[in-house]
Amino acid sequence: MITQFLYGGSGILLFLLGTWSFIVHPPLIRKLIAINVMGAGVFHTLVALAYRGLTAPADPVPHALVLTGIVVAVSATALALAFGQRLDRDHGSSADDD
Amino acid sequence: MMIDLLALAVAFPLLGAVVVTATPSHARGLGLASAVLTTLTSLVLSLGVWRDGSVRSDFGGWGAPLGIGLQADGLSVAMLVMSNLVALAVSVYAGSYFSATARRHFWPLWLLLWSALNGLFLATDLFNLYVTLELLGLSAAALGALSGTRAAVAANLRYLLVGLLGSMTYLMGVALLYSRYGMLDIGLLAEVIEPGLVAWTAMALMFSGLFLKAALFPMHFWLPPAHANAPAPVSAALSALVVKAAFYLVLRLWLDLFDPVLNASVANVLGLLGAGAVIWGSWRALRAERLKLLAAYSTVAQMGYLFIAFPLLVATPPGLARDNLLAAVVLLAMTHGFAKAGFFLAAGLVQKTAGHDRINELGGAAQALPAATFAIGLAGVALIGLPPSGTFLAKWIMIEQAMIQGLWWWVVVIMLGTLLAAAYIFRVLGHAFNREPTPYRFVNDARTEIPALLLAFISAFVLGLIAQPLWTLLDQGVLG
Amino acid sequence: MNFDAFLPAAIVLSSMIPGALIFFLKEESHRLRTVLNMTGALVKLVLVIWMIWGVYDGHSYETRLTLAPGIDLVLSADALSVLFVALSTLLWLVTTIYAIGYLEDSPNRSRFFGFFSLCVSATVGIALSGTLLTFVVFYEILTLATYPLVAHRGTPDAARGAKIYLAYTMGGGALLLVGAIWLQALVGPVEFTQGGILGNAPEEIRGTLVIIFFVLLGGLGVKAALVPLHGWLPQAMVAPAPVSALLHAVAVVKAGAFGIVRVVYDVYGVQFAHSNGLLFALGIIASITIIYGSLMALTQDSLKKRLAYSTVSQVSYIALGASIFGPIATIGGVVHLVHQGLMKITLFFCAGNYAEALGVHKVSEMDGVGKRMPGTSLAFTLGALGMIGIPPVAGFVSKWYLGLGAAEAGANWVLAVLVASSLLNAAYFLPILYKTWFRPTPTQWPAEHPHPGRLEIGGALLWPPLITAALALAAGLFAAAPFTPLEWASLIAEREYGR
Repeated sequence: MITQFLYGGSGILLFLLGTWSFIVHPPLIRKLIAINVMGAGVFHTLVALAYRGLTAPADPVPHALVLTGIVVAVSATALALAFGQRLDRDHGSSADDD
Repeated sequence: MMIDLLALAVAFPLLGAVVVTATPSHARGLGLASAVLTTLTSLVLSLGVWRDGSVRSDFGGWGAPLGIGLQADGLSVAMLVMSNLVALAVSVYAGSYFSATARRHFWPLWLLLWSALNGLFLATDLFNLYVTLELLGLSAAALGALSGTRAAVAANLRYLLVGLLGSMTYLMGVALLYSRYGMLDIGLLAEVIEPGLVAWTAMALMFSGLFLKAALFPMHFWLPPAHANAPAPVSAALSALVVKAAFYLVLRLWLDLFDPVLNASVANVLGLLGAGAVIWGSWRALRAERLKLLAAYSTVAQMGYLFIAFPLLVATPPGLARDNLLAAVVLLAMTHGFAKAGFFLAAGLVQKTAGHDRINELGGAAQALPAATFAIGLAGVALIGLPPSGTFLAKWIMIEQAMIQGLWWWVVVIMLGTLLAAAYIFRVLGHAFNREPTPYRFVNDARTEIPALLLAFISAFVLGLIAQPLWTLLDQGVLG
Repeated sequence: MNFDAFLPAAIVLSSMIPGALIFFLKEESHRLRTVLNMTGALVKLVLVIWMIWGVYDGHSYETRLTLAPGIDLVLSADALSVLFVALSTLLWLVTTIYAIGYLEDSPNRSRFFGFFSLCVSATVGIALSGTLLTFVVFYEILTLATYPLVAHRGTPDAARGAKIYLAYTMGGGALLLVGAIWLQALVGPVEFTQGGILGNAPEEIRGTLVIIFFVLLGGLGVKAALVPLHGWLPQAMVAPAPVSALLHAVAVVKAGAFGIVRVVYDVYGVQFAHSNGLLFALGIIASITIIYGSLMALTQDSLKKRLAYSTVSQVSYIALGASIFGPIATIGGVVHLVHQGLMKITLFFCAGNYAEALGVHKVSEMDGVGKRMPGTSLAFTLGALGMIGIPPVAGFVSKWYLGLGAAEAGANWVLAVLVASSLLNAAYFLPILYKTWFRPTPTQWPAEHPHPGRLEIGGALLWPPLITAALALAAGLFAAAPFTPLEWASLIAEREYGR
């Protein structure tokens, strides 16, 4: 139970940290990292939710959600990085000057 | 039969996206073919719902709570019809609008977006909604950056990141709900959800994520640059459909899931934000120097009206009046979809002819393109809310209800927004009457002008006068 | 669908469909456009004549389209609507002929005639509206359809005029909308009913009803050019002459005045309006407008502006008639709806002719135009004499009934207003007539466009004012005959006062 609480709690903490960072830091690349931290937080929480004690098997639904979520998050990050690179190349400066 | 249709409405565009990616040389033909197929499927599906009531299908026989289900009821079908007709018009227009190279990138992304959109309207569980929402955001941002200019890429990177923030927040809310109730299907959740800290926090998280995506004031900052810098057909889809999808989700969750959790103060906050959007968006539209920026700010304002409906809905006791109000909100959303898409498509033509879209210098181009100018005018009628547009009918119902409930403050906001809208629309139209040479003919390029004109015409003349079917439709599973 | 239920819609569509088609025509397909225009106008005329017979026989026509539960779009025919429909249809036909002649070879004619037809459709829709909601719908469409006509010329002046016009009418439209919805929120759907629907309104909402009346009046008063809401009218003079003619005689100002009559008689009911002091307030506003408009007209040198202020003044006779409690004054006000239309359209046609043939825009340039353009000047003279109220032209009949009605109701101050305004009318029209006929012709006109042929100007420009002037004369001469405006007005008054 404690483990689950720790995992879940740290997940929420990560989510909050990510949100805070997203709002506070203007550079777009930092926002992107913040998003990923948030994502990690959400997935963390979901995995913790799946835990049903040592004897019972874990709830499969949150695991499926996390897998899907990670795929989506990775593609989103890739797209964002592609955009950033495009800005970078076009202007010779970093994407975060905006 | 109906079960297949639900899946097909999502599968056709997805399949099309795969096919056009595989054969880029035939992108336009194949893309248009899947656009037509998708639209037909959606229309047949909607007709079925209109006649026989809502339908649901569970894939692979798994059923809720485990399987993936799709469901079409009156509300989802209303949005589905609007979106698919608008998307079809955008597809026809885009077929001639883009150059051969841009076309290759456009069609796969566009069909993906369409698939996500249909999926979003038909999904029944919170996680599928998250997936469609995310797909929608990704494809929308990629499409928006298609023109490749620095401004467009920067604006859409911001849009993408904000969208991600929104969906992550939404997902956290979903996780919370799952932790408490162990299920994701909206219908099942609605039976067990009860007011409390968990439901409250989940709702706050999910709604704030959706507000970001719906560009509700003051979270609208990302919208104007993203929509104004995208290519015209993309702007049309973004402004008319993508933000509308987020609104649909708010309405859906509000009606079906969070009803027991809600109270008047939440609704009033939404209404206040909506009022801010109406006033601020309209004001910025009035001050905008560029036509597409004007249209984008107008979207911010129009989204505001939709949120003003929430305090009215909460104040109205269930019954005929509330049903009317609900139908009015849906009608407003639909009309705006048609009108704004028509506006953007026409604005794109004007921009292409003039080489820019600075409003004060558009006179010549506006007069050389009577059909496009006319489309802007007709769409303008709907944006202002003049009769006989759907907006007029919707505003009439909203104002009447606000008066009956004694909520005068909302009447003032709606009327102020209407007058501001008239000011910014006619600021554009005023430039169409100068002494340029008389245009030779009304329609110059049918494949781009007719879609714009038709969309605008539907918004101004059809939706307001033939709104009765919407009431019948919403009776299927949405109205009391 | 049976024909009785379709006739009102058919009358509206008979100009709307040609109008919509005209937009799509190529600019140079002159003949097709004319055919469409004239077909629409003639079909409408036939349908309206049919309807007049029917209404006279006590037939009822109603087209009803349900927009949403409790919200119906209703077009129906009663005596008052038929009167206005007949006026609009007749004058549209004449004005279309005039406009075809006037705009020969000028740019953007497809756009012009398209909106021109929509404008008439909206006016006819206003006339046939059976509910306040329907009225609001067509009232706003009218604003939309006239804006491009006012802005048509595309000069900076036109743009400015159109902007002012729009600002006023949009503001008025918003007020009307709020008033209409407010009323509906209070008493349910408002259907125009002879004798009004508020007679049995509970005591506690009467105060609110009075406020709503003034909100509605504010909305209608903009188009009816009641002081101080008249500011757009002189500015809208930048429009081409046929548009000014239509705006002043049939479409816009008349729509406002007609709306006031509707609201007083068929929504509030003349009894209710009288006993709550609404009539008196309306009478005061109308009187101020009448005197103010006349005074302003005196000071204008521009002919069209003088006519515009004259419109401000004359249209308020209609409101004045509505504001006096008693059937005779009602007859005077309602009949003036038609008479003012006939006379004012004549005057604007003539002003357009002077400008077109001679480049004469100002009163001070009108010396001796009578000898140069006798036909036009004859029509102008008849119109002007009618405006002053000299028998036997139609204007006399209106003023006679108004005066009689005022005397009957014991409103002597109204008599004073009528006398004063007639004197002022004479003061701003007689000098023009004097210049026209009795001053020597100058050696050179400001900008003469000689017309090849026997007539002083093209037939399409000469016949319309002569026809309308003749109608104005006939309406006065044969006022007592059946099917005259006066007879209809009496019918309307009878029904409103329930005798």
